[in-house]
Amino acid sequence: MVRELTCIVCPKGCPLRVELEDGVVKSVTGHTCPRGLQYANDECIHPMRTVTSTVLAKDGRVIPVKTDRTIPKEKMFECMELINATVIELPVTVGQVLLSDILGTGANLVATANADESL
Amino acid sequence: MTYDVAVIGAGVVGGMIARELSSYKLNLCILEKAHDVAMGASSANSAIVHAGFDAKEGSLKALLNVQGSEMMAKTCQELGVKYKNNGSLVIGFNEEDMETIRSLYTRGVTNGVKGLEILDSDALHALEPNVSKNATCALYAPTGSIVCPYELTIASVGNAMDNGASLLLDFAVSAIEEDADAFTLKAEDGRTVKAKYIINAAGLYADAIAEMVGDTSFQIHARRGEYVLLDKESGNLIKSTIFRTPSKMGKGILVSPTVDGNLITGPTSVDIGEKENKATTPDGLAHVMRETRENVDGVMYNQTITSFCGLRAVGSTGDFIINMPRDRFVNVAGIESPGLSSAPAIAKYVVELLKKAEMPLEKDPTFSPLRAPMHAFREAGIEEKNEIIKKDPAYGRIICRCETVTEGEILAAIRQNPKPRDLDGVKRRTRAQMGRCQGGFCSPYIVELLAQEMQVPYESVTKFGGDSYINVGKTKGVD
Amino acid sequence: MKQIDLVIVGGGPAGMSAAVAAYDNGIKNILILERDSHLGGILQQCIHNGFGLHRFGEELTGPEYAWRYEQQVYERNIPYLLNTMVLDISPEKVVTATNSEEGVFQIQAKAVILAMGCRERSKGALNIAGTRPSGIFSAGTAQKYVNLKGYMPGKNVVILGSGDIGLIMARRMTLEGAKVHAVCELMPYSGGLARNIEQCLNDFGIPLRLSHTVVEIHGKQRLEGVTIAKVDENRRPIPETREYIPCDTLLLSVGLIPENELSKTAGVPLDRVTSGAVVDQDRQTSVEGIFACGNVLHVHDLVDYVSEEAEIAGKSAVAYIQGITAERTDIPLSTDGKIRYTVPQRITQKKDVTVFFRVADVYRNVTIRVSDGDRVIYSKKKLKVAPGEMESITLRPDQFADAKALSFALEVK
Repeated sequence: MVRELTCIVCPKGCPLRVELEDGVVKSVTGHTCPRGLQYANDECIHPMRTVTSTVLAKDGRVIPVKTDRTIPKEKMFECMELINATVIELPVTVGQVLLSDILGTGANLVATANADESL
Repeated sequence: MTYDVAVIGAGVVGGMIARELSSYKLNLCILEKAHDVAMGASSANSAIVHAGFDAKEGSLKALLNVQGSEMMAKTCQELGVKYKNNGSLVIGFNEEDMETIRSLYTRGVTNGVKGLEILDSDALHALEPNVSKNATCALYAPTGSIVCPYELTIASVGNAMDNGASLLLDFAVSAIEEDADAFTLKAEDGRTVKAKYIINAAGLYADAIAEMVGDTSFQIHARRGEYVLLDKESGNLIKSTIFRTPSKMGKGILVSPTVDGNLITGPTSVDIGEKENKATTPDGLAHVMRETRENVDGVMYNQTITSFCGLRAVGSTGDFIINMPRDRFVNVAGIESPGLSSAPAIAKYVVELLKKAEMPLEKDPTFSPLRAPMHAFREAGIEEKNEIIKKDPAYGRIICRCETVTEGEILAAIRQNPKPRDLDGVKRRTRAQMGRCQGGFCSPYIVELLAQEMQVPYESVTKFGGDSYINVGKTKGVD
Repeated sequence: MKQIDLVIVGGGPAGMSAAVAAYDNGIKNILILERDSHLGGILQQCIHNGFGLHRFGEELTGPEYAWRYEQQVYERNIPYLLNTMVLDISPEKVVTATNSEEGVFQIQAKAVILAMGCRERSKGALNIAGTRPSGIFSAGTAQKYVNLKGYMPGKNVVILGSGDIGLIMARRMTLEGAKVHAVCELMPYSGGLARNIEQCLNDFGIPLRLSHTVVEIHGKQRLEGVTIAKVDENRRPIPETREYIPCDTLLLSVGLIPENELSKTAGVPLDRVTSGAVVDQDRQTSVEGIFACGNVLHVHDLVDYVSEEAEIAGKSAVAYIQGITAERTDIPLSTDGKIRYTVPQRITQKKDVTVFFRVADVYRNVTIRVSDGDRVIYSKKKLKVAPGEMESITLRPDQFADAKALSFALEVK
């Protein structure tokens, strides 16, 4: 089986061609860097994504957040539920961990902006 | 409480009448079915003060147009409303047009329009180089002017309120009952108002209101007019208002600068059965653009700011319908073009009508015809601006970048009669959101200011009342 | 009047990067004027990831990318004023601005860098027929509501235009609980990055309707639906293909326009294609001492390139103030239409020049060719070029030294 993918690792968006046999990657073409090769493998075996969103702070503001590494694609909405149920204390700084090891993925939820206690 | 007078309809006609009546010792209310004033024909028309050569000799339209046009400069000055005497031209392309222009000239002279001149091609193009080279002749009316219709409406209602009038919004009159000395006006939502006199300035619905008191002598139908408004970069293409010579095909599309420096083109003219259809159509917009290009060279429609459709209230008699079909009830109906031009004169005319009907009217010595200009800050010099900013720092913070409108101006507008309660209301009063980005940058801030001032939740702020909400709720913390 | 060496109009990625570059190259008397209440510009609302791979070798979100530059500004103590709107720039470089603390004030600058960014094309410019209900937003306005204010503009969404902001918002709205029914694109190809189509649409099963547009808007108060239609090769809607989609929200992602109102007050001539200033390799405009960089100059796909360009402007402004220049020349750059524009539009000094350009359509197996009359001075093959992706080549002075004019052409096999 052949899968055609668009690499999402960087803005180049290389068109990838992956040959699969019984769910095992046999060959990858079209990538222009090692990360593209890795992406092609992951995408066919176990697609991963970064989630970005906002969390509610106690004072009612929303603070931007991200998962600090990719998580399994199928867990994105479960991750959103967790994010939506979270209320954080201020202040926060960029990179501060707000939730650890989300859904057992090993990824943390971190703040992506600074926010003081109140404006 | 029983009001002396209830004015139904807060358009430019209702507003000017209310203002005129507020100069008398009267207890006055204005009833408006929409979420704000100036929401009907006064929100979307050509913004022209016609010279008065168009209306048939001897008609009420002719009389009130010429009078209103002469009163307009002073009225605008008192109300702090932008007004510009830019002159108007009716341009013609052939001998048939020339004949029409001659008859318009004669009609204008009969109607009492001052300064009319017939121009040949050279004189026309010397005055307006961008008028189509194919135009061969023109009627020039130096008294033709421009004004912003909703600004005039807002200011006249505001001035009436400053002089004691009450404004009831979202008040759609659904029934009128009468006892010995007063009418009871019922709203769709169950509210009632008692008033001794009623002024029916209900625009498209004036026939329905008249019918509530048994007057079925006229009908009103809607005439759609689509417009395309262009960026200020196009505003200098012409100085005067350019009309096409009217023909069997109708009055044609006009091209005019606006008092705010934009270029307005339109309207189409299509009679329709229903009274609410304000949707623009591909054919209508194409028609406006096509005919505009025939009349004026160099109009760039890639500089379009917005397109819209207005509904004009056309009466079944062919003339303005201003009468008292019964005691203590005045119709001011069928006020189509030149309604805006006539509005100040209509107000005087209505008061005279009431006087003739022996309504007790005593001048109120406390009445002030003046209203602070809504655009004072924008026109002030640097030093004057800095004085204002020192007193109120909000005037130093620009909210709308495209039209450079400050937080101070927006807050002042939100606090001034008649108070806006939605985004479009702030737009019509301050021009914030009216520029090139159409509120893309500033509307989230204006929603915040409105929510704060009205002390309501952010998500309950609307674009123009009703279900025209901006946001459906919070993203977080809902469950 | 206050005297300042370098005034930078705009504290977004372009303004901050230009300021840091200017500072590091020897001009310390700098002032950044920012109209919003924070540095970072529009990046603050771009909370998605995908920024900084070129610049920092890692994937950052918009606010994180901004923070990297904010820190550089703070470390150097480069002065900046927030909530400060520039009202006018004169050709003599007198900058008039206003804020709450100082009122309206004027500064005489030795050099000015324009870094005002861009705005979204609005609904008005599209002239879509129909009613005028609430619920129609530019994608960036919706992004501000969702990401900064924490409010949902709607629940059932159609997006017109497949620019990157539209694609990003399709994913954001979906993750926050809305249903995105379709993304319509007038052109037969998307204007957004291929990876955004993959991760913002395909990941969520959102259909991309190429060669489709919105032809009518429905709903009296809140938006109730839109009619879409397929367009023919001349981009005219085909009536038989009309299709009604119920929705309460229409997002528009139909193009970005550099915000050059201030540039015009300074008398800066603009390029008709880019809507930004005509500049030389230093990003100096035709008005001496006034430079431009970032999205106010031409719309970039990646903020990384904005930072890079702003550094050029920052350094060059310093050279201008200090009176340093390479050997002068004056070579205009022209394009063949397949290449829509170049930045810079002219070369005025003999030094290495990186020329950025965009193509008009999707082309495969192309040769990019730069010629001086009949003489080809540079050529390069590429497998694929697309309007959504900016290309660049670098020319050395020995390649263009005696050229009269350079024409940029795309040869398609």
